[in-house]
Amino acid sequence: MHLLEIRGLAVEFATARGRFRAVDGVDVTVDAREVLCIVGESGCGKSVAMLAAMGLIDWPGRVTAETMRFGGSDLLHLSARQRRQVVGKDMAMVFQEPTSSLNPCYPVGWQIAEALRTHHAVPRNKVRERVVELLDQVGIPAPASRLGDFPHQLSGGMNQRVMIAMAISCNPKLLIADEPTTALDVTIQKQILDLLVDLQRQRGMGLVLITHDMGVVAETAHRVQVMYAGQMVEEQATDGLFAAPRHPYTAALLDSLPERALGRARLPTIPGMVPGIDDRPQGCLFNPRCGYADDICRMVPPALTGPPGRRARCHYPIMAASGATP
Amino acid sequence: MEAQDLRRHYPVGGGMFAAKGLVKAIDGISFVLRDGETLAVVGESGCGKSTLARMATLMEPPTAGELLIDGKPTSTVAEPERRRLRLNVQMVFQNPYGSLNPRKTVGSILEEPLALNGRGDKSARERAARAMMDRVGLRQDQYGRYPHMFSGGQRQRIAIARALMLNPRVVVADEPVSALDVSIQAQVLNLMMDLQDEFRLAYLFISHDLSVVRLIAREVLVLYCGRPVEHGSKENVFATPRHPYTRVLLAATPSVDPRHRKQTVAVKGELPSPLNPPPGCAFASRCPHVTGRCTAERPEWRKLGDRMVACHHAETV
Repeated sequence: MHLLEIRGLAVEFATARGRFRAVDGVDVTVDAREVLCIVGESGCGKSVAMLAAMGLIDWPGRVTAETMRFGGSDLLHLSARQRRQVVGKDMAMVFQEPTSSLNPCYPVGWQIAEALRTHHAVPRNKVRERVVELLDQVGIPAPASRLGDFPHQLSGGMNQRVMIAMAISCNPKLLIADEPTTALDVTIQKQILDLLVDLQRQRGMGLVLITHDMGVVAETAHRVQVMYAGQMVEEQATDGLFAAPRHPYTAALLDSLPERALGRARLPTIPGMVPGIDDRPQGCLFNPRCGYADDICRMVPPALTGPPGRRARCHYPIMAASGATP
Repeated sequence: MEAQDLRRHYPVGGGMFAAKGLVKAIDGISFVLRDGETLAVVGESGCGKSTLARMATLMEPPTAGELLIDGKPTSTVAEPERRRLRLNVQMVFQNPYGSLNPRKTVGSILEEPLALNGRGDKSARERAARAMMDRVGLRQDQYGRYPHMFSGGQRQRIAIARALMLNPRVVVADEPVSALDVSIQAQVLNLMMDLQDEFRLAYLFISHDLSVVRLIAREVLVLYCGRPVEHGSKENVFATPRHPYTRVLLAATPSVDPRHRKQTVAVKGELPSPLNPPPGCAFASRCPHVTGRCTAERPEWRKLGDRMVACHHAETV
């Protein structure tokens, strides 16, 4: 049994111009002791998909799915009270931009303790002790003296450590990290990624890392899911994805990385832009920007096809050997 | 453009009880930037990159040292001449969402630098703006649109076009692509390289992303806490980094090849406070090769083979 299993997830938002599907037909499975990266450009729905899994999508958003199971419980049919017992305890999330996700009016020690108190994770007289222990685990020097500090007194990297301490406070089975290093410097980014991967190994957690940075994916993930315009377009093991991407979008994205350019050559680019709310194309959502698109791509939306674990949403997935469509 | 031992210090604090402090945002930076070349300034937040950008565009005078444009010192020349020199340096800002006036159309954004400097009449300015839109890949029918109608990549094109309206020789680009998605980033980088070749522009390219620097730069200047730590050609600095901080930066940048997953240990600690910098080498508190000499004595900025470096142990590490 998978730790987290979601099939056919869709998230719709009611807007002034009608319904907008921010996430459409996304499948996510995560096992214990696995690092899954969800990668995509801004606005592709990667954060919204995981917020939906956490039950954090509020009106006017609407979440539907065929299945959404976590551990033994069916997330679709939980009451709000039952959901609160799972979310934040067995399933926790680290949000983007730590400095604005923490409450500026309370000291960080209090904010971490709040999670412990809510879930009755430790006896009340042990809470303080446990908070110090957590701060120590996430690598904050002199943790006991930091309990009374407010978020504005700490640096971005320290705040992100506090967020992680809060998320792991109740020993979650699944940790979802939404762009945990986007606002941080590279040396601090490396520290935070190492910390997350270490915690994941030590505790045997499942880790979902949402990112737009292909470098972060290559360094941390076991398995990768690529999203484009609300759809999952490809899933593969990390090595396979970087060596032989099957979806033309993934291939084009990898080609446009500056690191892969030779000398001072011009970078290959993806023409056009991600479709917005008004200009969704018929057929495959990537077809206006795809070099291989033909009439079928322009008419018929492709399904996810291919062997399990190597599926791509494309009529003509790229074959590993030839590097071109059949 | 040439910088000679530029310094910029800010006094801070000095309230009723607090002692006065001095932040040395930039402390002793020298470089030469020639036509058609790119100098990349690399470093983490708070290392003085943006202060350097403000001085290079003459928005702020240096506390000490001298900035020369076209061989003329900018701090001593008369005001009209200074104004003329200043037109040679234009800037592209980091955040294209914040750097364009939302109440102006693309046309008037592009024409404003010309109007302010009394260049041409109205129709000539419009012609120049439309020609520049062609150059940077904006469509003619977008002339009357407002910035909010554009995506991040297109806004950065507008910002680049605005910087080029006065035919500058140097463009100071402060993290021009860090707010953009990868595929859009590639488009903007290509555009910047094309424009450089076409107008023989010199770029002072400020970035923290080493993979971008590796693509676009010719020379690299690494800063740490307002001081230069290493300066050399891109090939040399990337192939054989001499300063431990440069190595740490290179090692921390994630590579997109999963087969080369790095086993390096992350550097510990964070940047020291600029208010109270350590007496010796600023990097000593985080350096894996630190010795007693590093914490006591500030390393000199010296020539080592093909580059400049500030480390006591650059030969051995």
